[in-house]
Amino acid sequence: MTRKSRRLWLLVACGIGLGSASALALDAFSANIVFFVAPSQLLATPANGRTVRLGGMVVAGSLHEAHRSGEPVAQFQVTDGQKAVQVRYAGILPDLFREGQSVVALGELASDGTFAASEVLAKHDETYMPKEVAEALRKSGKWNPKFGPAPSAASWNRMSVKTDTTRGS
Amino acid sequence: MDAIRTLDATDPAGSSGPDRSQRRRVGLLHRFANPGRFLRLAARLQPWTNALALVLTGWGLIWGLFFAPADWQQGDAVRIMYVHVPAAWLASAGYVALAVCSVLSLVWRHPLADLAAAEIGPVGAAVTAVCLASGSLWGKPMWGAWWVWDARLTSVLVLFFLYVGHIALLRAFDEPQRGYRAGAILALVGAIDLPIIKFSVQWWNTLHQPDSITLTGAPTMSTSMLWPLLISALGFSFGFAAIVLARLRAAVMEQRLRVLLLSRGNAAAGAPS
Repeated sequence: MTRKSRRLWLLVACGIGLGSASALALDAFSANIVFFVAPSQLLATPANGRTVRLGGMVVAGSLHEAHRSGEPVAQFQVTDGQKAVQVRYAGILPDLFREGQSVVALGELASDGTFAASEVLAKHDETYMPKEVAEALRKSGKWNPKFGPAPSAASWNRMSVKTDTTRGS
Repeated sequence: MDAIRTLDATDPAGSSGPDRSQRRRVGLLHRFANPGRFLRLAARLQPWTNALALVLTGWGLIWGLFFAPADWQQGDAVRIMYVHVPAAWLASAGYVALAVCSVLSLVWRHPLADLAAAEIGPVGAAVTAVCLASGSLWGKPMWGAWWVWDARLTSVLVLFFLYVGHIALLRAFDEPQRGYRAGAILALVGAIDLPIIKFSVQWWNTLHQPDSITLTGAPTMSTSMLWPLLISALGFSFGFAAIVLARLRAAVMEQRLRVLLLSRGNAAAGAPS
């Protein structure tokens, strides 16, 4: 019994030591663990010529698409609500790319303040809703996807049940 | 796990009979007396776990893949969720089971926990592989990348390597007991990865979206998608339990057979002298 409890306490002590060591290490490295930086962070500490990932929401009405020598070229602004950065990208944008969507762009901040991206990824949020619900929310004026994430599911889940039953009957 | 815990409460030595001539053989076998009770319990449980796994997984997947609505922006690609999320949940839950078995093994030296850890490992590695593969297939059309090194994806890849390392370490020793011990220590050290996986999407910026289903808040998902997902997750969980149970029964029987053959061999060798 004493040997068992001794082993148990040894295990608990090792767990606490290992846990706090990992927590400290992860905290110290958190600047490197983040996948992207926000526009305000990027502008606060300009990483001159260093390749970084910039993440944020595409500003509504800022997207301009053009074709230059057969290749699609896109310009848009990415914001975190405080600052916005102009992004240039030559290439095909992901399917989920749209105004109001969160995106992550890999590239570097040029001297003129624009961000030259070599890769753009779409970052969708954790909200999942049927097409009819999104359409109904848009028509009722409760939500425009161009201006940010959807309202909480509790506010439209009842509605989705209603549309389902009307379709079923 | 309940089976193991209740078995642990009983005294394994209590099954040794008063017969002195039998005591030596019982001494060899008494370690597996508890697993004997486990076998009887498991044989009764097995048909239920099998049936629930098949019915619930079938129900959840057919509902999710064919009848649940498509997502407003992701379209039909969102249906990968009905495989990806249950696999991801079981990758972590399986590792929790592995860690609990490792504590039982290191502290209480429970032989059944050693066998259970050895049998959980490969099943956990398989669901983690399914989670990574289905996530990759989902990531390409939605994010635009098969793989990114963000905190969520990387920590789950580490979990997969932990499972594989545990499998390899168990078999790296000539003496099985030392392998079980080393494996248990590795499994417990690796358990630090579990909170990192869970909270990676909250602690750091990641490409992977945060959890839709949390203990504290309401789900951020349409109920028409939530129900098939929950049923599929429940079905996958019973499937995981059924496979581990079947593997564990086979392992216990194999262990008993080995002990029997060993004692018979000893008796045969001892007879002529």
